[in-house]
Amino acid sequence: MGEFEVHRVRFFALVPAGVRCLACLPRAARLALARTDGAVEVYNFSANYFQEKVIPGHEARSVEALCWAAGERLFGAGLSGEIIEYDLAGLRVSRCVDGGGGPIWSMAANSSGTQLAIGCEDGSVKLFQVVPGGIQFERNLDRRKGRILCLSWHPSDTHIAAGSIDVLRVLDVCSGQTVKRIMVNYHVQKVKRECIVWSIAFLSNGTVVTSDSFGRVQFWDWEQGTLQESHTVSTSAALSLAVSEKEDSIIVGTSSGATYQFQLLPVKMGSLEKRWVRTKPFQHHTHDVRAVAHSSTALISGGLDAQLVIRPLMEKMQKKGYDAVLRKFTFPHRRLVSCARKARLLLFQFSQHLELWRLGSTEETGKDGQVLPLCRMPEHLLQLKSKGPEHIYCSCVSPCGSWVAYSTASRFHLYQVQYEGNSISVKKVPKVPKLLLPAYQLQFSTNSDSLFVASARGSVHVLQLLEPGGCKHLHTFRPPSGSPEAVYLLASSADGHWLAAVGGDWTIHIYNLKCFKHHCTVPMYSCAVTALAIHPVTNNLVIAYSDQQLFEFSIPEKQYTAWSRMVQNCGLHKVWLERDSPITHITFNPKKPSHILLHDVYMFCVIDKSLPLPDNSALLMNQSTLKQLPETARHRQLHAFKICKKFQPLLFADLLDENCLVMVERPVLDFKTQLPLPIQQKKFGT
Amino acid sequence: MAALCESFTLCGLGPSGGVGLGSGLLALEPGPDPDHVLLTDRGRTATLFKVSDQKPLGCWSVKHGQIITCPVVCNFETHEYIAVHDDKVLRIWKNKDINLDKVFKATLSADVYRIHSLPNGGPVVLFKGGGVRTLDVLLEAPQQEIENIVSDEVIKWSQAFMEGQQPVLIFATEKDGDFFVYVQRVKMNSLHKYKLEQQESKPMNFTACIKNQFITLLCLYSNDAVYKALIPLQQNAEEEEQILSKSLLLNLSVSGSVLKGTSFVVLDKDHIAVLGSLVTSGEESKECLTIWNTKFQTLQTSKELPLGTSGQLWCYEEKFFFTHGKVLTVIIYKCETSSLAAAVGKLKDSRAPDVSTFVNWDTLGEAELAASFQSQQSVPLKSEPKMTLRSRRNAVTKVQQDTLSVGQLLLNLKDASTTVFEDELRQLMSKAQMPDIQATIGCVMTAITDRCKANPKYYPQSFLVQIVQTRDLSYSLCPDLMVVALEKKDVHLLQICLQRFPDIPEEITYACLELFLSLSEAYLQSTDVNLESVICYIDVEFNNKEVKSEIVENGFNAELEKDSCETKITKETHLTAAGELCPVGPQKAALLNAVLQSAYSETFLLPHLKNLPAQQAVLFLRYLHYLHVKCSEKINTTLPGIRAPTVNQIMDWMCLLIDAHFTVMVMLPEAKGLLSNLHRFVRAQVRFYSELNKIEGSLRELQRLNHQKDIQTYSIEVLELI
Repeated sequence: MGEFEVHRVRFFALVPAGVRCLACLPRAARLALARTDGAVEVYNFSANYFQEKVIPGHEARSVEALCWAAGERLFGAGLSGEIIEYDLAGLRVSRCVDGGGGPIWSMAANSSGTQLAIGCEDGSVKLFQVVPGGIQFERNLDRRKGRILCLSWHPSDTHIAAGSIDVLRVLDVCSGQTVKRIMVNYHVQKVKRECIVWSIAFLSNGTVVTSDSFGRVQFWDWEQGTLQESHTVSTSAALSLAVSEKEDSIIVGTSSGATYQFQLLPVKMGSLEKRWVRTKPFQHHTHDVRAVAHSSTALISGGLDAQLVIRPLMEKMQKKGYDAVLRKFTFPHRRLVSCARKARLLLFQFSQHLELWRLGSTEETGKDGQVLPLCRMPEHLLQLKSKGPEHIYCSCVSPCGSWVAYSTASRFHLYQVQYEGNSISVKKVPKVPKLLLPAYQLQFSTNSDSLFVASARGSVHVLQLLEPGGCKHLHTFRPPSGSPEAVYLLASSADGHWLAAVGGDWTIHIYNLKCFKHHCTVPMYSCAVTALAIHPVTNNLVIAYSDQQLFEFSIPEKQYTAWSRMVQNCGLHKVWLERDSPITHITFNPKKPSHILLHDVYMFCVIDKSLPLPDNSALLMNQSTLKQLPETARHRQLHAFKICKKFQPLLFADLLDENCLVMVERPVLDFKTQLPLPIQQKKFGT
Repeated sequence: MAALCESFTLCGLGPSGGVGLGSGLLALEPGPDPDHVLLTDRGRTATLFKVSDQKPLGCWSVKHGQIITCPVVCNFETHEYIAVHDDKVLRIWKNKDINLDKVFKATLSADVYRIHSLPNGGPVVLFKGGGVRTLDVLLEAPQQEIENIVSDEVIKWSQAFMEGQQPVLIFATEKDGDFFVYVQRVKMNSLHKYKLEQQESKPMNFTACIKNQFITLLCLYSNDAVYKALIPLQQNAEEEEQILSKSLLLNLSVSGSVLKGTSFVVLDKDHIAVLGSLVTSGEESKECLTIWNTKFQTLQTSKELPLGTSGQLWCYEEKFFFTHGKVLTVIIYKCETSSLAAAVGKLKDSRAPDVSTFVNWDTLGEAELAASFQSQQSVPLKSEPKMTLRSRRNAVTKVQQDTLSVGQLLLNLKDASTTVFEDELRQLMSKAQMPDIQATIGCVMTAITDRCKANPKYYPQSFLVQIVQTRDLSYSLCPDLMVVALEKKDVHLLQICLQRFPDIPEEITYACLELFLSLSEAYLQSTDVNLESVICYIDVEFNNKEVKSEIVENGFNAELEKDSCETKITKETHLTAAGELCPVGPQKAALLNAVLQSAYSETFLLPHLKNLPAQQAVLFLRYLHYLHVKCSEKINTTLPGIRAPTVNQIMDWMCLLIDAHFTVMVMLPEAKGLLSNLHRFVRAQVRFYSELNKIEGSLRELQRLNHQKDIQTYSIEVLELI
């Protein structure tokens, strides 16, 4: 098929932020996650664990606790002392309410989702009522000394257990009084050390479960104030715990990176007496596991090593499928890199700045696997720092390399970059049109004369770029029937005729750019779109869904293409469908119209539509086999999927020209070395 | 199992490739040193190669117009090279000579067929007329007349051996479809002519080997089979043209395809290698190199040679040489004896490859193949070229007649006098063509042992030793032999039996052990025991001082113990110094080594071993401890010398002995010191190895880190997608 010159880039110094807290939406397949930089993400279990929504962070707004309340409303609270409600359709903070008790360390919603309790620095527990359009302060409960680090409602909503330093309290919601106070560090080795209750859970039978800085998981009878059971799981702290809805299983996360499952099991077979038994240890993380969650079928843990690990409970699995696979997510399910093909530039997006790099070059050619000598090294051209506390939502560099745009929650910036020999000058475009912000995706047209801005409520703005350094608002597309959801993916055609936009409701709208009209809607598919692109020659829209299905939709003909139907009829290869990371980028080779280039974190793939699809008996990743075969024997083995797994983890891949690729890798070890050191553990033989 | 291993190109052939000018090779002969070969092409040139370096060391050519007609050989004694060009002109030169025109020249009176160079016997020249001269004789008078023996027969093949101190030449001739074999003992001037049994198919290639006064001639026939004929060397009656009967050794066919062999070589007593084309009906024939097991009649391995060969195959020093396409290719092979013992894992040969992996520490676990090559330096061609014969079905009736006649003969001899009895048996044994020779020898041995039992005074020790030494006997063939030897306390015979028999029952092994331990050193000094397994390491009392000055390579037996026993240190070192003396004499040690190396199964040996008297058990353990210490002196934990026991064998026996006599060892006061010595030594070793283990762990970690450091932040690479 061909040889590519691959620019293997490993200088994108992205350090994903650690996971701070997790919250499972009860009885629905969604997981909310907050990172240490204040970003909030929502994963959709039914869409193959796709990272469906991302609300970038804010310097001053850390998130210490997340909870779902009143249906599907998501609240966060943090050390800024504010309770934040997130707008999940518009992907932004919808409102903030001051808690009034200093930094907030913990927050919990009652079982009906009508009340929020927050634990504050000043030792108070405050109740807020969730009302339509916001939250209302209700009252203070009994205040004692010591910050409230964790909270848990009793399922009957009558009591709240609160964990603090050296002590746990049970508060009566009606009277607001502390009805029990239990010292947790009573007689620990005579050495008087502070014992921090990191996490707490209130079970319906009146048992309070705590995990503390001594590495213990303890079960208390709150009415008697007695310790029922104590399990030491770690020599370091047990930081987090979560209970399953049936209250028969607990997951505990520790600062050594290990997680443990406790299960409530009969003492004897058939016996009614049950005890908590530590059953399964897991070591998926290298750093503190600050957050755990327990869904009905999986143990979920998030660590400061930025990993989200979803470990399915095999006994709850009916069949082998998406849900039965261990998943580890480290990198976002969206692009943080954009590429100026013609100018050979890469734009890297960090949380608060952008970096522009020029790729190196070589004059040599070589054989497969060879590393070519460089005649020019890559060059760091530019660093653009975003002003203000807000993190960057999205960014883009134009194909010609002379425009760079980015957006934060409240501001949109457009820069013109000029290259004169070795010097480079950046000019900010003044007076950008007032748009509906934030922008979720930016996309320059192929000829770099217009910019498409994906925005809230399904709208897409078209800006015309003017020389020297100006821009004009041309049009705003809106879906004909309206939509509350923000547009998160865009694709424009090379001939400047078509624009495809996907919103949070997963509908794909296609607009005609020549006459600024809505052209059509791609038939609904019940899964999230992870990437889409329009073919430069045929104007076919190629769509990748989070369930790993691929569709090809002809825009001029407003229908799926014959190849797409054939793919649906034959079905994709089993191994392809079982992959766990979504396709994040699709591109094409204009010289070879039958090729589709796409990638996820673990592989780069070229689909050759002219070749037959592999059936399940064939080897999907057959490149190494093919390389061993003589030329003549290869023919029978060829199939459409040409997969390369050499570059991992792959954050971005694009085609620069006919046989030149750029691959941006971020080796996990590289950013692990930039994380704070985990607790030292002695390994055998060292 | 035999296996073909790595291959490499020695040199290119053809106009651009270096040698041969495209006309092919005449022959390949061993060079003056190991790992060297002499390559003669069908033109004017001879080249000397160092095989492992794949590099030519020297090249000599005759003048234009002249042509080398006989492969250049090396005189191993003088390191001179000998060539014949234009049939009659002899040239002799040394390494430093460059121009062949200026070197020694002798013109002979007759055409030379070939020169054979023998390691200890000097070169022998075979003329086309069948005359044979040693080079020395020939050079005294180069123009001497050479007789014509073969008249108008044409020599097809020849080979030379050393038998004793004498060169023996065997060559085959053809005339009108009849084939003749001549055997000439050069110094004795004796010539024997044999006619090969006629057959529809014709012999295409020959090879021969010599053992025990018999030449084994193997012929590759055009009907894709290998036949074997035995030619006795000692033939007194000058009979005219005996017919040489042959028997089928191997059919070169495997599951429907037939190998059309062109040349072949003998690898060891069970394996031959055949180069030829594999023809399957309806398919194109493929040239390939194959290794066959003649014992089990199986194809062991093969390698396809798609570029074609010239049909010639040479084999030196465990390497095959052949032309493949336009290059001379070398393939290293591995050939292990196939036996049940090997399969069970208790191979008797102490130099078995699984043990030899201990020799090369670097290759442990990674390149086992390479390691076993380095250690296996025996040349299989010379080792035991004796073939077990597999007769075809139509020969079966004859065989039965033979054994019947043997049986009758033995019956007749039952009452004969001792001398007559032995003579007749010797006669019987020399008829080695008998296809069922093993069974016959078994009968003979039984006859002798029966006679020994009947007549306590009769014991033909030297005759028995001779038979056991020269034949492939096993315990099951003559079960009474060792019993008789045990009765007679014939330790020499027992030693040979232990070394040679693969299937001695544990009961007998134990009986030998007990006997050896119980015999007094004085008695043993008078016996004829083979000491080759002990002389290299045993310390005899008088030269104890010199031995002590040797460098102790591991060095842990004294130093490492310091931390554990501070006060006793001086005393203890004395004790170990005393302990390092061999507790038994060299004869007893050699005999015990034979026991250590015999095959056994623990379950069956243990009950017998429990019967060993306590004093003997302690003595034996002391000797084992001594061996263990000796082994550990060398970093490769092997004992020097031939047939020395391996460290694994020593350990196994030590464990067995302690298992069998656990309570005795605990109770016995004299065992106490020995056991504590032993324990200390083993503990020191365990500590040493655990240190090594740690170093290995650290090094591996370093290796891993090094690998990761290699990745740079930016590179341009080539990726091919197919």
